[in-house]
Amino acid sequence: MNLLWREAFLAFRRTRTLSVLSVVTIAFALFVTGLFGLVALNLRSALSGIAERVEVVAFVLHGTPSQALTVAAQDIAAFPEVQEVKYVSEEEALERAKRDLAEFSDAYKDLEVNPLPPSFEIRLKPEFRDATHAGLVAERMRSFDFVEDVRYGKDWVQRLDALRNLAGLVGLAIGLAFALVSMVIIGVTIRMTVLQRAREIHIMRLVGATDWFIRGPFLIEGAVKGLLGGLLALILCAVVFLIFRSEQFGTSLGLHFFGVGQVFLLLIFGVLLGFTGSLVSVGRHLKHV
Amino acid sequence: MIRFVKVSMQYPNGAGPALEDVSFHIGRGEFVFLTGHSGAGKSTLLKLMYADERPDQGDVRVSGFAIGSLRPEEVPRLRRRLGVVFQDFRLLEDRTAAENVGFALEVTGHRADVIPTRVARALAQVGLSQKAASFPRELSGGEQQRVAIARALVNDPPVLLADEPTGNLDERATRGVFQLLEDINAAGTVVVMATHDLDLVRAAKKRTLELRDGKLVFDSSDGGAAR
Repeated sequence: MNLLWREAFLAFRRTRTLSVLSVVTIAFALFVTGLFGLVALNLRSALSGIAERVEVVAFVLHGTPSQALTVAAQDIAAFPEVQEVKYVSEEEALERAKRDLAEFSDAYKDLEVNPLPPSFEIRLKPEFRDATHAGLVAERMRSFDFVEDVRYGKDWVQRLDALRNLAGLVGLAIGLAFALVSMVIIGVTIRMTVLQRAREIHIMRLVGATDWFIRGPFLIEGAVKGLLGGLLALILCAVVFLIFRSEQFGTSLGLHFFGVGQVFLLLIFGVLLGFTGSLVSVGRHLKHV
Repeated sequence: MIRFVKVSMQYPNGAGPALEDVSFHIGRGEFVFLTGHSGAGKSTLLKLMYADERPDQGDVRVSGFAIGSLRPEEVPRLRRRLGVVFQDFRLLEDRTAAENVGFALEVTGHRADVIPTRVARALAQVGLSQKAASFPRELSGGEQQRVAIARALVNDPPVLLADEPTGNLDERATRGVFQLLEDINAAGTVVVMATHDLDLVRAAKKRTLELRDGKLVFDSSDGGAAR
C-alpha cells in the first residue's frame, strides 16, 4: 500500500506540469459546476422564500354575516391544498395598512368609513405552492357568493414555476457537460502519463506485477487530483462568493455559501470524477504499452 | 521445464508465419542457446515463453503453465517464476542499481523489510555490491546488464530467459556476462539464451536450437538432426 502511494506521488512529481494542468482543469470544471450550484442554491432558497408567500387572497363583500364566514372558513380549511386559512376583518386590514404604510398614516386618520374589505388569506401547503394549485383554489373561492374578488398573483406564480424548472434543467445540463469534460481531460492526462511511464509499466509487467498493482498508482493519482481540484474549486467559489457578497451587491441579498454537507459532496464528486476518469482510461491505455 | 509441441504463430500484419510447427523440450538444469539470423523467430519464441505472445496452434508449457490457455490474471504468476533480460537492459534511469533490483520485489508485493537483504544478495551474485548506489548512466554496458540479471534473479526464478544479452557489449563484457549466466545455470537455473554470436556458441559447447524463417532446423541434442 505504501508503495502504491509513493509511486502515485512520484508520478505526480515527475509529470509536474501535466499534473498541475490536470488539477487546474478539474478545478475549473468543478468551479463552474460549483458556481452554478451556488447560484442554484441561492435561487432555490430565494424561491422558497417567495413561494412561502404564494397565497390566495379572497376579498369578502362588506356586511357578510359572520356565521356564514365561520362556516366558510371551516370549508376552506378542509381543502386538501390549504395549510392555513385566516380571516382578516375590516378593522384588522386597516390596522395592518396603518402599520405597513406609515407614510399614509395621516390619510387614514381622516377616514370616516373603513374602505378596506375583509378577506380570507389562504396559505397553501408547500407542495401546492404553484400556479396550477393556486388557480384551483382561487376558482373554488370564486364560487362563494360573498366573495367579491380573488387574487393570487397568477403571472408571477407561473413565472416562478418556469424559473424553478429552468434552474433545475440548466443545472443538470451544465453539471453533466462539465463532468464529461473533466473525464476527457483526465483521460488525456492519463494517456500522456502512461506513455511517459511506458518503460516502467513494461518492466513492472515483466517482473510479474499484477494489473491492479500497475493501475493502483494511477487510480490514487486520479483520486488525489480530483480531491485537489475540488479543494481549489471550493476556494475559487468562496472567493467569488465573498466578492459578490461584500463589494457591489451588499449583504442585503442574504446569500448563502455551501453547507458542510454540500462541501463534502463537491469534494466527493471531485474524487469520484478523478477516480472513475482514471479507471476508465487506464485500462484502455495500458493495453497499448 | 519448457515444452513446445507443434507450435505455430503468425503476427496479425506479418507476411509469413513467425513460427511454424516448432517442437522441443528443455529439461531441468539445462543451458540452451537459441540461434538464427535476425527475424528467424528467436524473440518470438522467448515471448511465447513469458506469455507476451500466445501460440496460434500447438502447445507451449513453461514451469507447469499452459501458455495457450493462460488467463490474463495468471500471467503475473508465471512471470514471477521467470527472469527475463534483454539486449537493451531495460533499467529505470532515475533509480540506482539497488533500487532497480528492489523494484522487482516491491511491485510483486514483497515486505519492505526483506527487500534490502535480497537486493544485496542478488547484487553480490552478479558481482556489483560496490555499485549498488550507482545510477545506470554511471555504469558500463556490462555492469548495466549485470544489474538487469540481478533484477531477473532476485525472485529466485527456476528459469532465466535472455534475449541477446550480450548484443550491446564488447568482447570482454560479453565473456563476463556469459560466465555469469553459466554460474547461474550451474546453481540449478534453466537458462535459455538467444544470440547470434556464433563464436560464443561454438566455444561454449552447449545445447543449441537453430531457427530459420520460423522453423526449428537444428537441435544439437538430437545429434544435429534437422526437423
